[in-house]
Amino acid sequence: MASEPGFLPRDGLDRLIEALRRDGREVIGPRVRDGAIVYAPIAAAADLPAGVRDAQSPGAYALHAVSPDERLFAWANGPQALKPLVFVPHELLWSSRNDGADGPQFTAAEPAARPTAVIGVRACDLAALALQDRHFLREPYPDPAYRARRDALFLVAVHCTHQADTCFCASTGDGPEAESGFDLALHEIDDGFIVAAGSDAGAAVLAGLDLAAADQARMDEARAGVEAAAAAQSRSLPSRDLRPTLLERLESPQWDAVAERCLSCGNCTAVCPTCFCNAEVNEATIDGRENGHYRQWDSCFTSGHSYLHGIVIRSETRARYRQWLTHKLAHWHDQYGRSGCVGCGRCISWCPVGIDLTAEVAALAGEGTA
Amino acid sequence: MTLHELPATAEIIERMDDSSSIFTLRLRFVDPARQTAFRSSPGQFNMLSMHGVGEVPISISSDPEDIHFIGHTVRAVGRVTHALATLRPGDRVGLRGPYGRGWPLQEAEGGDVVLVTGGLGCAPVVSVIDYVMRRRERFGRLVIIQGVKHAEDLIWRQRYEAWAHAPDTQVWLAADVGGPHWAWDVGPVTVLLDHAEFDHAQAHALMCGPEPMMKAVAERLLDDGMPTERLWLSMERNMHCAVGHCGHCQLGPLFVCRDGPVFPYPVLAPWLRHRSL
Repeated sequence: MASEPGFLPRDGLDRLIEALRRDGREVIGPRVRDGAIVYAPIAAAADLPAGVRDAQSPGAYALHAVSPDERLFAWANGPQALKPLVFVPHELLWSSRNDGADGPQFTAAEPAARPTAVIGVRACDLAALALQDRHFLREPYPDPAYRARRDALFLVAVHCTHQADTCFCASTGDGPEAESGFDLALHEIDDGFIVAAGSDAGAAVLAGLDLAAADQARMDEARAGVEAAAAAQSRSLPSRDLRPTLLERLESPQWDAVAERCLSCGNCTAVCPTCFCNAEVNEATIDGRENGHYRQWDSCFTSGHSYLHGIVIRSETRARYRQWLTHKLAHWHDQYGRSGCVGCGRCISWCPVGIDLTAEVAALAGEGTA
Repeated sequence: MTLHELPATAEIIERMDDSSSIFTLRLRFVDPARQTAFRSSPGQFNMLSMHGVGEVPISISSDPEDIHFIGHTVRAVGRVTHALATLRPGDRVGLRGPYGRGWPLQEAEGGDVVLVTGGLGCAPVVSVIDYVMRRRERFGRLVIIQGVKHAEDLIWRQRYEAWAHAPDTQVWLAADVGGPHWAWDVGPVTVLLDHAEFDHAQAHALMCGPEPMMKAVAERLLDDGMPTERLWLSMERNMHCAVGHCGHCQLGPLFVCRDGPVFPYPVLAPWLRHRSL
């Protein structure tokens, strides 16, 4: 893996995409779709969102174009992280067939995954993926489908230089610079990219590109870019371990205050790159012979989430928001050794009523009002 | 897929109706090897699945040493349990398990064992009673305390009467609402603790039932001088996966399916203080 960062000129990005496509990898990258930047298959660098900028604030996300000659990755993350690629929204776990006397016969779904390279992965999303790994790959029941898809991923990170107003990864320690968990990482600078390897597989791809070493001036420009992005973040969490703050305030009136605004819609959990709750549901054919047992994304904001033989334990929005926030910021420490928040700010942008997690924490901690 | 994640076909060998809504199924895996390999400890649960309907976690109520059958006592309260209620001997379902951590029976050896249950909470401790009865010399007194809402909710009346006649065994029953043939106490289950005779310092109390009941009993036993780490509660939550993946059963930092369902009281106490957690 020992290789010097190389310099890839702006017009050389297709060489990288072609190199990633080798060995049968599908290449996924950021694309503009339905007014948002999402991860989708790309054929060439021309598919990437050149000169596109985003504006995000509580409850708002909008794209606008500047010059098509401008940078390709000069935006903060869109609604999706890597989550849908590994923990897919809906998938078969097993199926059963019942022809009568023999009773139901069960067949496990065969985990299958196509080698996939993702370009443009942000530091916060790598941190979130590492958290999802801890959940889904935990012994003694590591998830075989997650494992197969995870092992098939080749990740090309992009160090963030354009944070959204909703970002706060510097305070959670998860960005804006990607430090680990990638195969390759790109610094985007004015005339191209500094490419560095983070794994043996990445080093092999980098070696194949045969790049000149990145010079010091470009390295300095890259460093200045991420430092400026970190400095520009206006939101933050007051601590990386909010257990005492939140658990001392489980009966705070602030939960009622947020419940007056929260719609219990679950958008925050859908866009959160670390939320892992899922429901198991059955889909039978009309003759009843075949039954699919599926796993699909679920949210702690739904009534069914805490349903227990006829009662809903968290019947009020107050209790559901409290469950979400205390799980994310407090109980995750006990379960997986760190906070479940990576500072991506998606829950703030994609909340239809603009509830701001950082403001709620500040209000709970008595440092302000949300 | 590991064995634990895929159900296997099991046949209903016997069905008993315990009350108008509670029934007991005795099941056996169709595959003899799967049946032979099945081992559970008291307090663990299985996932029972009805083809095309869904799965539900049900505690194992049979003796873990009975290698021929797996017993489940079920109350028909939801979609899947109502479907299970239609089953008759010869019908087949899916079964995976066992899951979770059961009762601390090795820690309890040498002292008295106090079982305090409410409603259908008696089901998960029946296997404890069987376990203690089979190893009677290893335990002190066995105190069986059961509360029900209405007198007619008491299932297994004959079994309680039989247990009451076993050596060093006390049976105390209470109903919130009594009835014409109710010879036992009327009132909350905590009143029975006045009658029970056991050595608080070296007993273990195993509780299963509604959370407010368990909380009240635990507080009463603590007041009576029982050490907090000798109190054990079996918890219920929504469970879909049984292996800590789906997130539904969380109670504070705990995954009830994986870390429980049986917990030592000190682990639960901070979370039982708050409603709707």
